[in-house]
Amino acid sequence: MKPLHSWNRLPRITPDTVQALSAPSLPDQATLPFCIYGNGRSYGDVCLSDQGTLLHTRTLDRFIHFDRHQGILRCQSGVTLEEILQLIVPHGWFLPSTPGTRYATVGGCLANDVHGKNHHEAGSFGHHVTAFELIKSDGEALVCSPDDNHEYFYATIGGLGLTGLISWVEIQLMSIQNSWMWVEAQRFGNLDEFWYLNEKAEQNWPYTVAWIDCLARNNARGRGILLTGQHAASQPQLPRYRELPLTVPVTPPFSLINNLSLRSFNNVYYRQPLKAQGSLCHYSPYFYPLDAIQNWNRIYGHKGFYQYQCVLPPAVAPEATSELLKAIAASGQGSFLAVLKTFGQKPSRGLLSFPRPGATLALDFPNRGERTLKLFETLDAIVMAAEGALYPAKDARMPAELFRAGYPDWEKFCNFVDPAFSSHFWRRMTA
Amino acid sequence: MNTLNRVVIFGATSSIAEQTARQLVQQGASVYCIGRNPERLATVIADLKTRAGNSQIIDGISADLTRTDKHESLIATANDSLGGLDAALIAHGSLPEQQKCEQDITLTLQEFDTNALSVISLLTLLANRFEKQQRGVIATISSVAGDRGRQSNYIYGAAKGMVSLFMQGLRNRLHKHNVSVVTIKPGFVDTPMTKGFDKSGFLWAQPDKVARGIIRSMQKGKGEVYLPGFWQLIMLIIRSIPESIFKRLSL
Repeated sequence: MKPLHSWNRLPRITPDTVQALSAPSLPDQATLPFCIYGNGRSYGDVCLSDQGTLLHTRTLDRFIHFDRHQGILRCQSGVTLEEILQLIVPHGWFLPSTPGTRYATVGGCLANDVHGKNHHEAGSFGHHVTAFELIKSDGEALVCSPDDNHEYFYATIGGLGLTGLISWVEIQLMSIQNSWMWVEAQRFGNLDEFWYLNEKAEQNWPYTVAWIDCLARNNARGRGILLTGQHAASQPQLPRYRELPLTVPVTPPFSLINNLSLRSFNNVYYRQPLKAQGSLCHYSPYFYPLDAIQNWNRIYGHKGFYQYQCVLPPAVAPEATSELLKAIAASGQGSFLAVLKTFGQKPSRGLLSFPRPGATLALDFPNRGERTLKLFETLDAIVMAAEGALYPAKDARMPAELFRAGYPDWEKFCNFVDPAFSSHFWRRMTA
Repeated sequence: MNTLNRVVIFGATSSIAEQTARQLVQQGASVYCIGRNPERLATVIADLKTRAGNSQIIDGISADLTRTDKHESLIATANDSLGGLDAALIAHGSLPEQQKCEQDITLTLQEFDTNALSVISLLTLLANRFEKQQRGVIATISSVAGDRGRQSNYIYGAAKGMVSLFMQGLRNRLHKHNVSVVTIKPGFVDTPMTKGFDKSGFLWAQPDKVARGIIRSMQKGKGEVYLPGFWQLIMLIIRSIPESIFKRLSL
């Protein structure tokens, strides 16, 4: 067997056996436990396992029904968001919540209860799921919704694929006028300015997110650009849009992201001229800028990279964010991909959902071994003290104590874990 | 260019056929699907219906294609459902377990039923129908395995070889009647049929890419097509090895 990894290329784990599901059912004769692997777009080991049978669900890629008037779509769990968008956008519908890649499967979005730039208004992916089917290892197939099998409904949203095989998902879509976004960008010189601008922006814009220069220090700590957007109103004339196919063809032996390249890049990016009056942008580069570059994960080289995403409660968010950025800038590590966003008040549905009121900071770090892990220990201490949490979908190394502190319902969740299901992540957290 | 607005697909639940059907529907075609497993066929049809526009007809029926006595009525039903036929794609088949077949003549003959005789029955009926209407495309998924007999899968190879040879004659006969007869010879394709093979390496192709090649070949009315194209070169070399040497190889 070849070792498998997810999007950040680590950890690399050699599965015992691998099977692609040709039908929405669990195989009869297979070594246990099962672990579900969708399209491998998470950043860690929630979809990996060195034991039992790894089940590929990308082959479950059929649509089941699309109500074009009500905007209700039902499809198998291995369908990607890209395939959904290709179907629904021409009919005036859009995903009500979407992560930063359209290559994730709909089953993966449900199992990780992913969120998007509109969390402060729309909540997370799970809020828009009207029903799904869960196939358990005892042969039972449960149709779950807030009304039916509701305990499994709330356990499976954000349930990391551990409650059984999600065979299909039904979601309520949102209507749009066209495939374009109206976007504005504002520069902010430090974190204080961010909090001020962000609060105003959240009242006026459905989508907000900020890019942060993670290496800026002292008075400029947390400087960046706030990007706000909304779906464009109907327009008499729309620009043309063509996607240029770009790709990173090979994996370089070392990371192309280092302190020098990053510092110069961030300086230039921060100073880019911004269109103060706003502009139209196609949904594709707006929501999925990195999807335009195939295999962009290769720029971090053979060793791969870590993503560190935490959420910090509102009361301590400004202070804790500042401490995190201070520690990162001092370490000289980090990457261009540093994102800050505030979550809304809507309580997440899942027992293990990551989104909760507060601020979420996400950063990529090239894997420099001990040095990087050492930095994470410092960051963990800040998150722990702030009573925050890390995001399982983007984790390859968090200590079990931090997980248990951040997800107090984890023991209740254990009652809903299918005994035939597990993952490398889950064994790390519960061993 | 041949039009592919109304297409009947035999073996529509096979990965290559399903991907071809999706792409045809994407291009606005109406499609009639015939497959063996009713449940799988229903999911394929529901998927195609979801992708199709209001004016496109998507329908189908489950059938055991080794029952050649039902073929005429199946084709007639497809024709009536779509309001005529522009093209047919024959994609059903199975990959026999060579070693079991070597010891079991019943199994061997069953494989010939599935992979060769049922195909020849369909080809005959479709050929006569398209000859009468003086246009149409008949495409069949044969295999590179049909180009030369090898010890590791000569039952499958012989069945596919029979189909390829039959189609050569049919192509010759129907050329003057404006009917394209397209033999598709895929190499290694990553589908459930090839479950259990190590699929790393450049020789393995994805079914959606093969499907694109099938549609292009049907539109252009090509004769014999290797998909992906580099298999033409590989098979040229394999075919040109003298039998006196070939019999000593372990292929």
